[in-house]
Amino acid sequence: MSFSWAKPYEPKTALGRWFDERLPLPRLAYGAVGGGYPVPRNLNYFWNFGVAAGLFLTIQIITGIVLAMHYFASTDGAFNSVNQLIMRDVNAGWLLRYAHMNGASFFFIVVYVHIFRGLYYGSYKAPRELVWMLGLVIYLLMMATAFMGYVLPWGQMSYWGAQVITGFFSAFPLIGEPLRVWLLGGYAPDQAALTRFFSLHYLLPFVIAAVVILHIWALHIPGSGNPTGVDVKDERDTLPFHPFYTAKDGWFSGVILLVYALVTFFAPNYLGHPDNYIPANPLATPAHIVPEWYFWPFYAILRSFTVDFILPAKLWGVLAMFSSILLLFFLPWLDKSPVRSGSYRPVFKRFFWLLVVDVIILGYVGGAPISPFRTALGQAAAAYYFLHFLVILPIVSALETPLPLPSSISESVLHGEVAEAAPVGQTKRRGGSIATASAE
Amino acid sequence: MRFILGFIGAVFALILTISLISGVATYFSNPPAPLAAEEFHREPKELRLASDGPFGKFDNQQLQRGFQVFSEVCSACHSLKLVSFRDLKGIGYNDAEVKKIASDWKVQTPSLNPDTGEPATRKPLPSDTIPSPFANEIAARAANNNALPPDLSLITKSREGGAAYVHSLLTGYQNQPAELLKKFPDAKTPPNLHYNPYFANLNIAMPPPLTTNGQVSYEDGTKPTVDQMAQDVAAFLVWTAEPSLARRHASGLAVSVFLLFATILGYLAYRNIWHEAKRAVRVTGPLDPENQAKARRSKAKAGVVG
Repeated sequence: MSFSWAKPYEPKTALGRWFDERLPLPRLAYGAVGGGYPVPRNLNYFWNFGVAAGLFLTIQIITGIVLAMHYFASTDGAFNSVNQLIMRDVNAGWLLRYAHMNGASFFFIVVYVHIFRGLYYGSYKAPRELVWMLGLVIYLLMMATAFMGYVLPWGQMSYWGAQVITGFFSAFPLIGEPLRVWLLGGYAPDQAALTRFFSLHYLLPFVIAAVVILHIWALHIPGSGNPTGVDVKDERDTLPFHPFYTAKDGWFSGVILLVYALVTFFAPNYLGHPDNYIPANPLATPAHIVPEWYFWPFYAILRSFTVDFILPAKLWGVLAMFSSILLLFFLPWLDKSPVRSGSYRPVFKRFFWLLVVDVIILGYVGGAPISPFRTALGQAAAAYYFLHFLVILPIVSALETPLPLPSSISESVLHGEVAEAAPVGQTKRRGGSIATASAE
Repeated sequence: MRFILGFIGAVFALILTISLISGVATYFSNPPAPLAAEEFHREPKELRLASDGPFGKFDNQQLQRGFQVFSEVCSACHSLKLVSFRDLKGIGYNDAEVKKIASDWKVQTPSLNPDTGEPATRKPLPSDTIPSPFANEIAARAANNNALPPDLSLITKSREGGAAYVHSLLTGYQNQPAELLKKFPDAKTPPNLHYNPYFANLNIAMPPPLTTNGQVSYEDGTKPTVDQMAQDVAAFLVWTAEPSLARRHASGLAVSVFLLFATILGYLAYRNIWHEAKRAVRVTGPLDPENQAKARRSKAKAGVVG
């Protein structure tokens, strides 16, 4: 670990020593998520969503592996294997299926909170640029995985969603259409597409897990950020991850799981679309083709381009939609303000909340049926989205005068009381004054 | 690089502004015509069923009445291909009754003659699913003015509004309002279709299935009004869409109570662990570490144990 006061792993038993000399796996875990990882002591509850995302990845992998044991990846059998076999005949199959369906939604919910946390507190800034970019890679992989997973039940929205989303590629001139046919293995989604989507849907979560390891590795080089954005200066600024943050993450994961359970058990189809309970029919187009809710903002951006200006409107839409995510990779260089936390940036803060509202508007427009009013609203919101990141943020970061920062993390939370700075028995004491702390 | 990115952002914003302006211009120069289906479509009427809400369970008596309506009325055109006859045990029929329901079913199951191998039919078994009266889609369309009666297994999950939609649709047949015809002379319901404001495009191919009170005679003494029959069959179709619903509710309660308990314990553990590390923002109050320390000190001084 990067901090000199991080406690090294000390095996307590002979077996532990024997193991540590041969395969220091417990040492790795201790340094990564145990007592050997010092974390800023002032993290708020927005910092719990990263662990929650890991939790949902685990839930998805476990429920998904069992579901795959009962699923048939065939255009004739997929719908019935989900809606008859799994939902009716497999023991607790309905639970696995609903847990997986809603698990995907909750994975996105916690990841969106995690991403907006990063946007507000400047988690993308030096020295954590790679943490941010690896996170975006995870997000892109999640989107691909979720899209392919939604195709698997082979309902109407599965089929037409696949039709629309793979249709993006045909917007590109010349290579577009051959590329689409190559990706689908045919001219329209059919058996070839379904089988490869199933194969990739099974593969990608493990790729996500691998990138998660890189994401955490890159995070542990500088250590976690914190709500003040001030760097960790000494031991008083940190607490060991275990037991402090394991306890905090533990109980807060309970809260998130409780909400997840309430939705899964009492409103399992609330976040889905009724049309996906109709078997796929290539001859009947649904009245409104909409993707799952977590894609709505991007779908709104796609649909906002309605004018052929130099390039066809569809190509503009596809380019803008891909750009809307890819531009986030450039964020560390678009926002040059040396102050990380939005709490100390009054102008940035206002624009941040405007962006939150903007993305919610885009989500609403993307999920609702097309109307002239909503299209206009979506166009304005999409324009603001690009201006926010590519124009406003660089200007604000250059001109804004930030508020004065606290001189250290411990000063910001502890009001200067030395007595509370180092919890008894948890960290090595580094001065006489701390040694007397909490003597009672 | 920031200039290039800023330029890209400006280009996207410009194209969007052009799209916005041209959209607004089109709206005013060529306003979209209102549609009859937008103005006269109605949301389903409210329907309360025993299976609603987190404590909802199925009312088997109502489900059996609903099954009776299905088998005497709906099954003339519709199938339940995801539901086996033996699943009916879940709504309170015993083995003998299920066997009888299956073998008395009016549609035979396709099979092979065991001696000659030629196509034949046999009586349905409890393990068979509830079949369509039509041999295939072409036969179904030929018998129904080219409309295809959908399988009803998942109908309450595959329509916005669920059971309420089914109930409203079954009771919503009416004559086309004069107001509609006055406003939209072209929107007259075509022959062979039937006006129903709960159907998305207002004109449905299915003729009114429940027309008179007493169309089905209930054994349990419930009065078979059209509304009652529609409610019962809607309740039955909630069950066919998800027979595990009652179990889902019951497990959901158990899981939620367990998680709530575990979360409270987790919270107390968290408070305990952070007790000395965290300065409460409010320095007053009994949970403040300093006050707790004071309380412990004075207890110790007074010789109180614990």
